[in-house]
Amino acid sequence: MAGSERSSGTAMSTDDFIRGLWRENPVFVQVLGMCPTLAVTNSATNALAMGLATTFVLVLSNTLVSALRNFIPRQVRIATFILIIATFVTVVEYLIQAISLELHRALGAFISLIVVNCLILGRAEAFASKHGVGRSVLDGLGMGLGFTFGLLCLGGVREFVGSGSLFGWSLLPAAYQPWIVMILPGGGFFTLGLWLLVFNHLKSRRAAAHCVVQEATR
Amino acid sequence: MNNDSLWTIFLNASLVNNFVLAYFLGICPFLGVSGKLSTATRMGAAVCFVMLVSSVCAYGIHNLLAAIDAPYLQLISYIVVIASTVQLVEMFIKKMSPALFRSLGIFLPLITTNCAILAVALFQTNKGYDLLQSIVFALGAGSGFTLALVLMAGIREKLELAAVPDMVQGTALTLMIAGILSLAFMGFAGVGA
Repeated sequence: MAGSERSSGTAMSTDDFIRGLWRENPVFVQVLGMCPTLAVTNSATNALAMGLATTFVLVLSNTLVSALRNFIPRQVRIATFILIIATFVTVVEYLIQAISLELHRALGAFISLIVVNCLILGRAEAFASKHGVGRSVLDGLGMGLGFTFGLLCLGGVREFVGSGSLFGWSLLPAAYQPWIVMILPGGGFFTLGLWLLVFNHLKSRRAAAHCVVQEATR
Repeated sequence: MNNDSLWTIFLNASLVNNFVLAYFLGICPFLGVSGKLSTATRMGAAVCFVMLVSSVCAYGIHNLLAAIDAPYLQLISYIVVIASTVQLVEMFIKKMSPALFRSLGIFLPLITTNCAILAVALFQTNKGYDLLQSIVFALGAGSGFTLALVLMAGIREKLELAAVPDMVQGTALTLMIAGILSLAFMGFAGVGA
């Protein structure tokens, strides 16, 4: 029993990493961590910064939770996870403040609010508390980058349509009339809704193809 | 210090800068528990209560931390207070109404990770509200959250009967409606000023 547990703890697989990027993408498939997803994606730069900050916290909290998983009593595990996450978020908040004050001002209270991103607590509970350190780091990295990818998809579209630029560089001619609504809160809901629509479409097409193959082999 | 009148704070928190529709806070329960009107109302009440308690506690903690000069403990102590308040509410509801306890399901413990509650504590600190202003701010935010949740639940109950394409069903549809609601709430801009 102990031997099998050790092997499952150390055996790293690329699947742990890939899964978060696409098949179980936190934003589009699991629909987790919606608050920062919608709130800071009015520009691609903010989206990237938020994604990277979340990845940082996710990897470190996964590491610590996984390392301590045999010492944390079951009854107080959620409280312990939250404390671990809050510690790393405090670290990342001071880090961003040190790197770029401007970015710190743009993201505002949403850096502190990484604590309550359901994605991080979800991964701690569902993955890191059951698997070894190596796999948990990979899982955190994959999920974090998948989250960043999702944020960039939203932020890119919203900034491009809403102000005709990308990462602050204007791309469209000056005659372009920006759709202000896309930068406003309503636009965030619309953009995410449309992306989910695209993903639903892909999923239903794949399911349909799968059915056809099954019919043919039968 | 902040000299905003109480009425302005309340209006701002509940309508003009509605926590759900303008600040995107508390989206998870907003999408998850807005299926039925009765559940939505009670969820709103539970969140209001937790907000109120944690707002008062946060005010005390902020002053305490300022006194011992340890601002870096702010986030950690806020989240601990919120988590314990949620635990309290959970035990209370479980005892008083097991049916409600079941219908809220996983979303009850998840109030802890409801960003709206932590945000109330953080915003009131940033804006430098005094105790009374903090309480009114928490009440406004809570009622704004409940209002958004109830509006959404009402619309979704009607949608059950409508014929929508398969692909749009579920979260995508809910988000589109939230977008339209959010546009409608922009009409309140300037009311509390």
